[in-house]
Amino acid sequence: MKSKQAGSSIKRGLAAVAAVFTLMAGTAIAADPIKVGSFLSVTGPAAFLGDPEQKTLELYVEKINAAGGVLGRKLELVAYDSGGNAEKARTFVKRLIEQDKVDVIVGGSTTGETMAVVPLVEAAQVPFISLAGAVVIVEPVKKWVFKTPHTDRMACEKIFIDMQSRKFSKIALISGPGGFDKSMRGQCLGVAKKYGIEVIADETYGGGDTDMTAQLTKIKNTAGVQAVLNAGFGQGPAIVTKNYRQIGVSMPLYQSHGVASKEFIKLAGPAAEGVRLPAAALLVADSLPQSDAQRSVVVSYKNEYESRFKSEVSTFGGHAYDGLYIVVEAMKKAGGTDKAKVRDAIEATHGFMGTAGVFNMSPTDHMGLDLSAFRMLEVKGGNWTLVK
Amino acid sequence: MQSRPILVGLASPRTGGMLALAGVIALLPLFLSNKYFYDIVVLVGLNAIVCVGLNLLIGYAGQISLGHAGFFGAGAYGSAILASRFGWPPIAAMLATTLAVALLAYLVGRPILRLKGHYLAMATLGMGIIVFMVITTEDAYTGGPDGIAVVPFSIGGYVLQGERVWYWVVGALLLLAVWLAQNLIDSPAGRALRALHSSEVGAEVVGINAAKHKVMVFVISAVFASVAGSLAAHYSGFITPGKATFLHSIELVTMVVFGGMASTFGAVVGAAVLTTLPQLLAVFEDYEMMVFGAVMMGTMIFLPRGVVPSIARLFQARSKQQIGDKESGA
Repeated sequence: MKSKQAGSSIKRGLAAVAAVFTLMAGTAIAADPIKVGSFLSVTGPAAFLGDPEQKTLELYVEKINAAGGVLGRKLELVAYDSGGNAEKARTFVKRLIEQDKVDVIVGGSTTGETMAVVPLVEAAQVPFISLAGAVVIVEPVKKWVFKTPHTDRMACEKIFIDMQSRKFSKIALISGPGGFDKSMRGQCLGVAKKYGIEVIADETYGGGDTDMTAQLTKIKNTAGVQAVLNAGFGQGPAIVTKNYRQIGVSMPLYQSHGVASKEFIKLAGPAAEGVRLPAAALLVADSLPQSDAQRSVVVSYKNEYESRFKSEVSTFGGHAYDGLYIVVEAMKKAGGTDKAKVRDAIEATHGFMGTAGVFNMSPTDHMGLDLSAFRMLEVKGGNWTLVK
Repeated sequence: MQSRPILVGLASPRTGGMLALAGVIALLPLFLSNKYFYDIVVLVGLNAIVCVGLNLLIGYAGQISLGHAGFFGAGAYGSAILASRFGWPPIAAMLATTLAVALLAYLVGRPILRLKGHYLAMATLGMGIIVFMVITTEDAYTGGPDGIAVVPFSIGGYVLQGERVWYWVVGALLLLAVWLAQNLIDSPAGRALRALHSSEVGAEVVGINAAKHKVMVFVISAVFASVAGSLAAHYSGFITPGKATFLHSIELVTMVVFGGMASTFGAVVGAAVLTTLPQLLAVFEDYEMMVFGAVMMGTMIFLPRGVVPSIARLFQARSKQQIGDKESGA
């Protein structure tokens, strides 16, 4: 009995191997698909980034293929879940490069994951578009690395320009413990001088804190503060906003693009009224004027995403949309998937209208967005409105 | 009768097991067709070194530690900071870091190891979290939550780069770690540890200095973790505080338990399976975590002592039965 079973399993194994070979031969005769590799934090603490990013990539790869693919070839998405873990991200990128032999990589939800794989893509010379925020990804410029999201420095600058126009020069900063908060705090402190802004109070709160009255009281009692900026992510900013009203601080409150979702307004409730923050046009897609050049892109992305997944669109998924289309455009321009040519074409991206804004990349700028990509929003009547 | 001595020989720690492991390490490259596979195996090796150390503590001395990722992280960041920020030679940075971690483990271990059971678990957990918090908040040195780049490892003028080179280095170190662990277990100190495991009071009654032995094995396991951490940092070229999280501590303990407690080779097998499994399961995409959980549960139900000891017992039982059959036949 045993030997018979073993025989049949060997036969089955051989059949499987043969099937794989025929499959491989079959695809070799037809045009090979273009392989787009991706590693995203679909699970874990950064899932709110990775989940919409992955959905967006799947949705649009499908759409592009339905419309005939790129250069007559289908796109094939090879995506792994790195769970916010830099070590996993590194291994998966090795897998994408060595095993899956992808033509280009669009992914990396967090800065840590992105920075961990930069040495690999640089060594393997694969074009890589990161979906993470921090400035360090593109400064200094790395030959094969690009990114689509706005940087935290731009958010600081946008806020400071708005403060300037309201004649504020002395402000207080309050920030949380996360990577986003820390990076943004550093960037804001760095560029404040340029805009004639002086940070006269700099408070921080902890990760699990449920009450920030102590820090806010300190800010309230600091003489001369004209406005308060909260560089934060997640629950923290909503609590700050609530406490802020509870202890009756009357100065204007600014939040970061990190809370640019309806969730923030829900959490903070009526206290959110009057809060200003910089965000991508996607959040106010429907209220953009018809004349706005970005309107058609963000409205169509928003509709596509929301009708397919029945959940609210986020700017994070938009970054994946931008990354994918920049790559597709670059391949069309390069006339193929030659990695060096695609890289050059990505670097030459000019006037590409994405969900985040207009991309104009150059050898010294591997992100290509300027401050016009951010809109200053204010919460009014429980919704976002554009600050005119 | 023939099969038994061979099995016993294979199971005898210092000869058979070591040889088998060396054989696997020597022959494995034949099956590794690209750098990605080498990378996985290097990660397995690094995790295995930590687990071999952790197994001494958990499996032999019977003390739980939920903070070993803290030692791993401390090793990684110590090396990274000294070598990358202060320009120390990596080998010196690694030695200094290892000494510092050993001292830390000693200072922390002395009071902590007086605790037992849940209290010990909590204290080690707390220690791990403190290391993690220091790494995350002291961003002037550690780069904060976004991590820090690490220079490649070099000895003299020779730079260790590429997965293949690292494979042999990590392979050799794993052998060394296993050899050290097996020798320790076979020494009077090792027997004292096992005595502690069965009954601490009993061990003290026969004159074993429980505190001393527990601290010793705690420091040794911390040193293993720290060295693996230092190497991992140089190998990756970039580290984030993710290395030092509580979750990583749990992963390490899981590897030891999965492979089989009180079995050095079990620790190696546990590290190998749990490091490669997520890679194998990536094909299941959305169901990856569910399949992973199912594999873990299945193993614990059908191989409750962990993979290696359960299978070893199965073989022993079978060979005993054969002997019994023959004897009764004769």
